[in-house]
Amino acid sequence: MLAALTPDLIAMQLFTGLALGAVYVLLSIGLSLIFGMLTVVNFAHGAFYMIGAYVGLYALSIGVNFWVALLLVPIAVGLIGLAVERVLIRPLYGRGIDYPLLLTFGLGYVMIEVVRIVFGRTGYPFDTPELLQGAVDIWVGYFPLYRLFVIAATAVVLIGLYIFLEKTSFGLIIRAGARDPQIVRILGVDVSKVWLIVFGIGTGIAGLAGLLAAPLQGVAPEMGATILAEAFVVTVVGGMGSLMGAVLAGLLVGVVVSMTSLFAPEMAKVSIFALMAIVLLVRPQGFFGRAGLMS
Amino acid sequence: MLKVEALNAWYGPSHVLQGIDLEIRKGEIVCLIGRNGAGKTTTLKSIMGLLSKTTGSVVFEGQELRGRPAHLRYGAGLAYVPEERRIVPGLTVRENLSLGLVASSLKKREAELIDRTKRIFPRLAERLDQTAITMSGGEQQMLAIARAMIAEPKLIMMDEPSEGIMPVLVDEMFELFKTMKAEGQTILLVEQNVELALGIADRAYVVDQGVIVHEAGAAALLADAEIQERYCSV
Ligand SMILES: Nc1ncnc2c1ncn2[C@@H]1O[C@H](COP(=O)(O)OP(=O)(O)O)[C@@H](O)[C@H]1O
Ligand SMILES: [Mg+2]
Repeated sequence: MLAALTPDLIAMQLFTGLALGAVYVLLSIGLSLIFGMLTVVNFAHGAFYMIGAYVGLYALSIGVNFWVALLLVPIAVGLIGLAVERVLIRPLYGRGIDYPLLLTFGLGYVMIEVVRIVFGRTGYPFDTPELLQGAVDIWVGYFPLYRLFVIAATAVVLIGLYIFLEKTSFGLIIRAGARDPQIVRILGVDVSKVWLIVFGIGTGIAGLAGLLAAPLQGVAPEMGATILAEAFVVTVVGGMGSLMGAVLAGLLVGVVVSMTSLFAPEMAKVSIFALMAIVLLVRPQGFFGRAGLMS
Repeated sequence: MLKVEALNAWYGPSHVLQGIDLEIRKGEIVCLIGRNGAGKTTTLKSIMGLLSKTTGSVVFEGQELRGRPAHLRYGAGLAYVPEERRIVPGLTVRENLSLGLVASSLKKREAELIDRTKRIFPRLAERLDQTAITMSGGEQQMLAIARAMIAEPKLIMMDEPSEGIMPVLVDEMFELFKTMKAEGQTILLVEQNVELALGIADRAYVVDQGVIVHEAGAAALLADAEIQERYCSV
């Protein structure tokens, strides 16, 4: 078997890892943004991801085009996020980190159950959009076009988010508010509105991630559960609240999973937790986290 | 401009402000002095709307502010330079200044207002694109003051601006306060540096254990060794 491990194969697996990592990145930047701003550990994030896939599935079934769905899904899921923050999470601010954590934990299960009732317990396949079917030659071999598309779409989201955060006033408010909500408050900013919008953005991106992942793995009510655990690993490795950390750690975790599944498939799922343990031993705050953020 | 009556404030069960009355007229520098723990910071926070439990009335430019959240008080023309955590560490000097305008109706004039800030604060002008945290404590304090001024507030409240700052910068800062006053700026100043503060102020209130125990013209208080000894010695 080792004989087959050519550099080309390893390079291909690296790309597979990046595509997997791209989905982790999308989930983790939302988790990180929400944690960094609201100090809410959003345990319903995986459920928003799953809802994104189902909204996409539904939209496509009534004839909406995939490209339009790429826009509609994050908006629809983000709107659900806005409602959740406004109605359920907002009353819990100021009571410590555990209240919203328990709330979102429960909410995630409720969302899964609702989807089971509406769409049934069994999953559905999700066809790769026609334009993105097939494989392309990436010098080291033929790589599925759709996976390249996932990487590219993630890059577009990241660039958009970067421009939004660095170049707009609202982004400035978010960057300042994540450091110190009191300063932006005394400079005239209604912080609760900012939190609302950040929660909407974070969950909207999770919804988009669900739609992007659907053609890779199909759609099922539980699809958000495992990936949420992995996204938390990514967030912790990258440093809670750090977007840069989420991006690097997401790609790293994707590549580690994909490489271990090549060399030692039975270790693939364990490998990311091993990675987390090692990173936390060496650097408890993660790559870019601030020490003592949780205290 | 500002009239505070029967202001009470609590931190949890502890009743910290027990009836503060004070008044500030347009164009004045009014000083709030008193020992550590007397309730000066709490008074400013209550006026800014940052405490969850307060009673009493705060009338600013004829509007009752009771129940209004802090962000609306900034919009009404109240600016506050807190005692600690004054600047946002990761942002540049320019971004910190912009932050003073994000929620303001003057946002359209940002470029012009930043230019004006550069003229008033040459030290900041040199460091506009530097990360704010890399500046000295005094420069950070100047930045906090510049940011509080940028949206042209009617009243600026400052909590111990000279604390922990090099003497040469303290002098510079008090010169600035004089210029601000000459240009009509109204200021509520909390200071431990009593002599320096009374040197530029019009009037002063002395706080002790959450109540105003004395009110006087700045010159009179400066001459009153007994009151200073009783309420201000650390
Ligand atoms: N966050 C807080 N929680 C509880 N007590 C506080 C808090 N902040 C201040 N205090 C208490 O309130 C009193 C007034 O404090 P403060 O207004 O900060 O005084 P000053 O600014 O005059 O030094 C002090 O007795 C102080 O111990
Ligand atoms: Mg104080």
